[in-house]
Amino acid sequence: MKDRTKYFAYPYVVWIFLFIALPSFLVLLYSITTKESNGLTTIHFTFENFKKFFNPMYLNILWDSIYLAAVSTAICLVLGYPAAFIISNTHISRRSTLLFLCILPMWMNMLLRTYAWMTILGNNGILNNFFSFLGLPKVNMLYTRGATVMGMVYNFLPFMILPIYTALSKMDKGLLEAADDLGANKKTVFRKVILPLSMPGVISGIIMVFMPAVSTFIIPQLLGGNKNMMIGNLVEKLFILNGDWNFGSAISIVMMLIILLSMSVMNKFDIDKEGGARLW
Amino acid sequence: MKKVFLIAAVLVLILAAATGCSSEQKETLSVLNYDIYIDKDLLKEFQEANNVTIKYDTYATPEEMYIKAKAGASNYDLIISSEYMIERMISEGMVNKINFDNIPNYKYIGEDFKNHPYDPTNEYAVPYFWGTLGILYNKTTVDASSDSWEMLWDESHSKRIIMMDSQRDSFGAALKLLGYSMNTVNEKELDEAKALLLKQKPLVMAYITDGAPDIMINEEADMALVWSGEAVAAMAENENLDFVIPKEGSNIWIDAMFIPSTTKNQPLAENFIDFLCSKEATLKNIDEVWYSTVNTEALKEVDEELLNNPAFNIPQEDIAKMEMFRDPKEFIDLYTNRWTEIAAE
Amino acid sequence: MVKKYLSKIYMGIIFIFLYAPIIVLAVFSFNESKSRGNWTGFSLKWYIELFHDHDIRSAFYYTISIAVIAAIVSTILGTIAAIGINSMKGRTKALILNVNYLPVVNPDIVTGISLMILYISFNLDFGFNTMLLSHIVFNTPYVILSILPKLKQLDVHMTEAAMDLGATPMYALRKVIIPEIKPGIVTGFLMAFTLSIDDFIISYFTKGEGVTNLSIVIYSMARRGVRPTINALSTIMLFVVLLLMILINKRSNGVEKKKLKREV
Repeated sequence: MKDRTKYFAYPYVVWIFLFIALPSFLVLLYSITTKESNGLTTIHFTFENFKKFFNPMYLNILWDSIYLAAVSTAICLVLGYPAAFIISNTHISRRSTLLFLCILPMWMNMLLRTYAWMTILGNNGILNNFFSFLGLPKVNMLYTRGATVMGMVYNFLPFMILPIYTALSKMDKGLLEAADDLGANKKTVFRKVILPLSMPGVISGIIMVFMPAVSTFIIPQLLGGNKNMMIGNLVEKLFILNGDWNFGSAISIVMMLIILLSMSVMNKFDIDKEGGARLW
Repeated sequence: MKKVFLIAAVLVLILAAATGCSSEQKETLSVLNYDIYIDKDLLKEFQEANNVTIKYDTYATPEEMYIKAKAGASNYDLIISSEYMIERMISEGMVNKINFDNIPNYKYIGEDFKNHPYDPTNEYAVPYFWGTLGILYNKTTVDASSDSWEMLWDESHSKRIIMMDSQRDSFGAALKLLGYSMNTVNEKELDEAKALLLKQKPLVMAYITDGAPDIMINEEADMALVWSGEAVAAMAENENLDFVIPKEGSNIWIDAMFIPSTTKNQPLAENFIDFLCSKEATLKNIDEVWYSTVNTEALKEVDEELLNNPAFNIPQEDIAKMEMFRDPKEFIDLYTNRWTEIAAE
Repeated sequence: MVKKYLSKIYMGIIFIFLYAPIIVLAVFSFNESKSRGNWTGFSLKWYIELFHDHDIRSAFYYTISIAVIAAIVSTILGTIAAIGINSMKGRTKALILNVNYLPVVNPDIVTGISLMILYISFNLDFGFNTMLLSHIVFNTPYVILSILPKLKQLDVHMTEAAMDLGATPMYALRKVIIPEIKPGIVTGFLMAFTLSIDDFIISYFTKGEGVTNLSIVIYSMARRGVRPTINALSTIMLFVVLLLMILINKRSNGVEKKKLKREV
């Protein structure tokens, strides 16, 4: 009797074939073919597009993106872990308020959150005017790498706080009591019990911040002034400006491979794919 | 549970009805244009006068428009774009010939704007606006006496110079400074231009297209590479700003309206072109867009102030030194690769 | 004691960091001049301009309608799929789960581009339908991810018991399974809705025909510089979101209180 319910999944299986598997396959196809100069795609299989990517200029772009994303993720982790920890130790009556306060910026449109920093960091923006008022020299903040990192941290911090909080809140308080009974002091309890148990949340948070950070193109464009090309900008340019869909697809495949790699790392830390980075 | 489902169903029905309503049985015209390049009231006027619906889309770069059209991802009846891209699309058979019987107002388009290389027989496009590329600068902080593209390489203004996020325009400035053609496909010349642009990068505040006037009005930068209309708009809002077309020469461009081969309603598109070529519509457009007009009738009634503004009323001696962009065809990669190198630095 | 103060100060700093930009935006939306650094006086003119801006109104309409329709469709699709997937076993199940997870982990830009290529290959006209379709594609995995844990928690025996007592499978589904997983369904719906409202990149690559969404309009405006109309828009959004938050908070507190009452 119960067996019948598995057929419920079949329509969706068709769906994901059409809209997830097939598009990915098409991207793969583009990445291993080349474009004739008059625009026709020849079904001529080649790894030329990938070879093109292994050029110091493009590898630099990839490395720079990973670097900036890593810095932003690290900052989010340093800022977010204590926040999650504090919230998980707050009395339950106030917890939901604190959580909502963390979630609310996420509900504000991401473009608006990025735009906010455009208005604040400008040479005649509110921060610089404040510095002038205090008699301090103006600082060139907008259109720098720092601004890009700031934009990423600001946009993605809640994505770090919530998974860590979820992991911390699910922790069995009994374990903490046991450790305490066995003579451990607060620091040891943290190092040996809390930190390891919160790891799945930390890994979730890192993935949820690093992924969008490495692939964004709006933030380096609006806050970075287009001076630092990141991998997201490169892919966007290739598709929208240069029309080199083959090369763009190749880079997309590279990005997907990086993600699949991270996914397998995630699996090692036993992230529940059936509920994983739930934010509620 | 039932209540929620009911509410949801009602919502969906309302939305379906609403979306359905907006596309009644009226004729539609799909138009694609550059961002903020038309007075939106004109769209309303035309829709009401002809009882049609206009679906209006915008885009930022001609390359984007071309790529989407080439890939078959766009079905527009009318597109407004830059001459060099129209040139390419004509050569690839993507543009329909226009029936000028439907565009009596074409007679108002100045002769100066016809017979250009992108459409030598004047069969495919109707000019819309024209303009040039130059330097918008702050009179109080910048010394423009050199009258040269060199201004943009001035180290004393480090990090207060804005260049365009557009390969042809930024390369254009560098090439002109070196004395080369803006349409060159000579690799040595392009390499020199690239080197110049790389040298400039530490001095550049940001590579921005469309955003420069706002920054200049707020005096957050000292100078910017801009198109003439942007300069007119900026100068109107801040008296400290001025515009110079460097002595080495610059770019003259014409944006034109054309009918892509994907059109489903050519006569209506031609009607719309005719409407935009009317004196009244052009004057409204000029008021909104600030670019120099191709319309001889409208020019007669333009504000005195605008006519005195060299960014609007571009002097003949400057025009003589200007070059129009041509489609580099397969050589575009020479520019694109170098531009990527500069952006990635 | 000190710890308590330190904790409060720390959270205070975090919240100031999170909210200062939004508050600055809100304050300057009432600024008389366009300046982002100088306050010149109180004015509502940017709000008036916002209401007259046809682009923003139309984008707002499309954003909401696509979000609602996509959320509803993906919730229905996802619920049915989740129930089905939950009954599967072994490698097939793992494969489906992995493919389902792809839009979640893939960068938006890759998802957007792959869908754009798909639509072009099938010669679809870009417009409302393509954007809606794309939203459903990237929303449904999240719905499934919200519901599956609830399904796992479901007591298998309850459904069996229901059917032993004479219920048909459909009835068991309606009256036993769905009520139990309702929190997951609601969460999934809300997530889908939120993601649709906020989406930029995927919509950017799959839009057309005058259909655009708020994020894209804000992006075009932001590229041209600071415009207080955007500030006005963000202030309004802030209030709406705040209101929703308070409502949801009240509702979940109400549910909590009911649960407590029942247990007592």
